[in-house]
Amino acid sequence: MHAFSYHSPKTVRQAASLLGKSDDAKLLAGGQTLLPTMKQRLASPTHLVDLGKVEGLASIEQKGRNIVIGAMTCHADVATSAVVLQAIPALAALAGGIGDAQVRNRGTIGGSLANNDPAADYPSAALALNATIVTNKRKIPADQYFAGMFATSLEEGEIITKVSFPIPSKAAYEKFPNPASRYALVGVFVAKKGADVRAAVTGAGSDGVFRSAEVEAALKARFNPKALDGVKVSAKGLNGDIHASADYRAHLIPVIAKRAVTKAVAKA
Amino acid sequence: MSSATGIGASVLRKEDFRFITGKGQYTDDINRQGQAYAYFLRSPHAHATIKKLDISAAKKAAGVVGVLTGDDLAADKVGGLICGWMIHNKDGSPMKAGAHPALAQGKVRYVGDHVAVVIADTYSQAKDAADLIVVEYGVLPAVVDMNDAVKKGATVIHDVASDNRVYDWHLGDKAATEAAFKKAKHITKLDLVNNRLIPNAMEPRAAVGDYDSGQEQFTLYTTSQNPHVARLVLSAFIGIAPEHKLRVIAPDVGGGFGSKIFIYAEETVCVWAAKKVGRPVKWTADRTEAFLSDAHGRDHLTHAEMAMDDKGKILGLRVHTKANLGAYLSTFSSCVPTYLYAPLLSGQYDIPAIYAEVDGIYTNTAPVDAYRGAGRPEATFVVERLMEVAARELGMDPAQFRRKNFIRSFPHQTPVIMAYDTGDYVASLDKALEMADYKNFGKRKKESAKHGKLRGIGFSAYIEACGIAPSAAVGSLGAGVGLWESAEVRVNPIGTIEVLTGSHSHGQGHETTFAQLVSDRLGVDINSVAIVHGDTDKVQFGMGTYGSRSGAVGMSAISKALDKVIAKGKKVAAYALEAAEKDIEFKDGRFSVAGTDKSLAFGEVALQAYIAHKFTGAELEPGLKEGAFYDPTNFTFPSGVHICEVEIDPDTGVTKIERWTAVDDFGTIINPMIVEGQVHGGIAQGVGQAMFEGAHYDKNGQLVTASFMDYTMPRADDLPSFEIGTTTTPCTSNPLGIKGCGEAGAIAAPPAVINAITDAIGHENIAMPATPQAVWLACQASRKMAAE
Ligand SMILES: Cc1cc2nc3c(=O)[nH]c(=O)nc-3n(C[C@H](O)[C@H](O)[C@H](O)COP(=O)(O)OP(=O)(O)OC[C@H]3O[C@@H](n4cnc5c(N)ncnc54)[C@H](O)[C@@H]3O)c2cc1C
Repeated sequence: MHAFSYHSPKTVRQAASLLGKSDDAKLLAGGQTLLPTMKQRLASPTHLVDLGKVEGLASIEQKGRNIVIGAMTCHADVATSAVVLQAIPALAALAGGIGDAQVRNRGTIGGSLANNDPAADYPSAALALNATIVTNKRKIPADQYFAGMFATSLEEGEIITKVSFPIPSKAAYEKFPNPASRYALVGVFVAKKGADVRAAVTGAGSDGVFRSAEVEAALKARFNPKALDGVKVSAKGLNGDIHASADYRAHLIPVIAKRAVTKAVAKA
Repeated sequence: MSSATGIGASVLRKEDFRFITGKGQYTDDINRQGQAYAYFLRSPHAHATIKKLDISAAKKAAGVVGVLTGDDLAADKVGGLICGWMIHNKDGSPMKAGAHPALAQGKVRYVGDHVAVVIADTYSQAKDAADLIVVEYGVLPAVVDMNDAVKKGATVIHDVASDNRVYDWHLGDKAATEAAFKKAKHITKLDLVNNRLIPNAMEPRAAVGDYDSGQEQFTLYTTSQNPHVARLVLSAFIGIAPEHKLRVIAPDVGGGFGSKIFIYAEETVCVWAAKKVGRPVKWTADRTEAFLSDAHGRDHLTHAEMAMDDKGKILGLRVHTKANLGAYLSTFSSCVPTYLYAPLLSGQYDIPAIYAEVDGIYTNTAPVDAYRGAGRPEATFVVERLMEVAARELGMDPAQFRRKNFIRSFPHQTPVIMAYDTGDYVASLDKALEMADYKNFGKRKKESAKHGKLRGIGFSAYIEACGIAPSAAVGSLGAGVGLWESAEVRVNPIGTIEVLTGSHSHGQGHETTFAQLVSDRLGVDINSVAIVHGDTDKVQFGMGTYGSRSGAVGMSAISKALDKVIAKGKKVAAYALEAAEKDIEFKDGRFSVAGTDKSLAFGEVALQAYIAHKFTGAELEPGLKEGAFYDPTNFTFPSGVHICEVEIDPDTGVTKIERWTAVDDFGTIINPMIVEGQVHGGIAQGVGQAMFEGAHYDKNGQLVTASFMDYTMPRADDLPSFEIGTTTTPCTSNPLGIKGCGEAGAIAAPPAVINAITDAIGHENIAMPATPQAVWLACQASRKMAAE
């Protein structure tokens, strides 16, 4: 790790202004991604702006038909939140399946969405639940937020403050873990809200999280596990690595989607 | 004494309080006054010449105390790292070992190879300065695949081995084996890959080198399984300092699994550099360095054939193995795929003729050496895969086929060196079948099928050679050292006891089990016994801990020393009790005069030995301290049967181990709880090899699995609750009857898993690690075969 200056602002505004002062400043949330990268010297920011002491960023509340989660809310809090468990149990279950206990107690939803790891879990929930990513500057619909591997539509100096999830009528997440890292090798989040059905796939796309047209089409016809029998997903655009070829991932998507739907309808 | 702390009692581990409360003293916990930190600049290329190495800018960087290279080592006449076991080729010529400098001299041969060391006030400064070293590499083609390495025109890794072959070695009777195959009614053939593993001890390797210029004395604190062997090699071969001027301390060590047996570059450089820079030098590997530079394990390609008569009796076995030794020969690498491997190819079976050929091959990968089981897992994998496949081909029940071929009378001389002293293979098979509820397996398989799942069962009836080893025997096979063990029992005047042992505990629980032996034999409180190990200045000599030898060999040495203590105690007691020595009996911690009520407790006799009031110097030496060296007369042969039952989800390829039954014969067991722990850990590692772990180099020699993000370690939730049992035939060649238990699980498990998976999917074509993707592909292939 190279030397850096550490800042601990109290407000989002202060944080934004500290970020603006240097080209080389980075926000620090749970540090679960950023710190290992710095230790390996793959990132060497000269300034770290810690969001840990910024007020009002770690909250979970129901606002009308939405669950609004502050950017600094850690995974463990989402997993055990009575509000989330009641309104979107699939989201609580997803958070409870991220990493290990230490990671869940430090890692945050804002950090995860800002980082947009192609194998992270949260991006699939945000996309399938049609969430809105709220920043210090604007509100970004999930469909316009994810921009490929480790890329988002966040601009320089933009800070996620909260994420708003519309409450679905049925939803579930199923994760097929990478055997080594236990990030998602293929993770599918399915959600139904009224007539709208969305299925977002993480871990499999060579461009990060995406909505599966094949799965959504089948589920729009009938939101039922059987609807996915015989559905084939193309391996085009999927990534292959030592753990799983693109073909294997393509095969897994409908299998995992079906398991997610089975859970979603069982709960309803 | 069969007390709550004696032999056979599950005494809680004495060392655990220290470990659990964070009071352990590991090498990284040791800090010397004024210490500087070392950072090793490593090769990013798998194979390259070093055309230019410019350290001038690095030397001037902030905090830098020294930048040292291979030239400095050469100038100081520091020798290269050694391989301590000479293997001879079929034609009798010696193996071709290339030089192994601790810091590169003109060439690097694998990614992670050591180019230079930077020593600075802080670790960060050392790392920063390393960025300033300018290395101009002449990149050469790299070879990582053994088949490619021996092809004509392949890149040459060491000039001494122009075909990248370290040796071509063989064992057994070729003609007799050929003859057996000619008579065969059925021949089973298999091609097997024994995947390369990365050890991943929880504690990475570390070293603190220190030099006292007043005493001209070096001290090396290091993560070693055998500090005396480290000192011997560093003194006699590498030339750091003579033995009496070099102290090696291996304090608490957090796991070794073989990887901390060896004498590596970093430890060597730290102790040498301490004098060079005039400051203690500390290095602790980070996890990436551990992945890149700890000696890896296994990595065999094998073609094996087994011949049977028309009744399913085995007639012969022939095996050709290619063993990847990596880019350099690590300390014991040469013997692992030869003498620790082929002599185990008879397994538990009566096989009249065996012939094995092994080619040791250089590649541009990390050196490969002993890893938990070392050679014996590879042999067991060959034998037990063959047994299972042969049974299937012959249409015989796999348990029955094994039973038919078991060795039944002992001692048994195999055609490949080993003379098994005892065993009862039928007993462990019967017990395992019962515990595994084998007779109802069919019902369970049907039940799984109802849910769309494939259930399979796999056996592994393993044998291993432990208690390494009779010195004269290994000497005749090429070993550079003897493999006895030493012990010293020091009784203090008030009867407390220190046992100094050459064994080294790095997770095995010696502080408990060794103390149990003393408590048992001397009838003393276990808490009055301290086990001292890991320091060449305290313990006179020792060969260390590996090859499941600490119980069988290390404790046998202690046992011999205890005999001497008791004998001396009787002499002292005779004077103190005013009786004849021949009338003194020792039992339950008391010396008594036979047929009287006169007696003295052990501690009272110790005091008498030290105050020496009851005898004169002419009659008896004062004091109570005895030493012993124990050289085994044979290997020990732990054996057992493991049965693995899996359920596979054909839609995803996910394999779940539903049941695991292990029935082991370890001979005498000192502490059943600790032994069970060893079995659990061993199985976890074996399952790791079978289903999860595998080092993967790309074709350029970059290690793709260089972190836990890509290298899959087995985790608790990957494993079932193990059903564990034992049968016992005490070892006949050592005084305690101990056979050893440390490696059994890792040896037994891989074929059990693969036999179960292949049973479930219905064909043999799956390699380790059987990952979900591999199993899914195998299921697809089965479906295709069924359709055709
Ligand atoms: C061992 C391990 C296992 C893991 N397993 C999983 C897993 O199974 N599934 C999974 O999804 N994740 C996993 N993670 C990742 C973890 O869940 C974290 O969510 C993730 O690392 C990022 O969150 P963080 O709060 O730690 O962010 P940090 O590491 O602090 O920051 C990450 C990036 O986001 C930026 N950032 C942070 N907060 C904001 C914000 N509010 N606005 C704008 N930018 C911001 C930072 O500048 C940085 O670039 C794992 C991590 C570890 C270490």
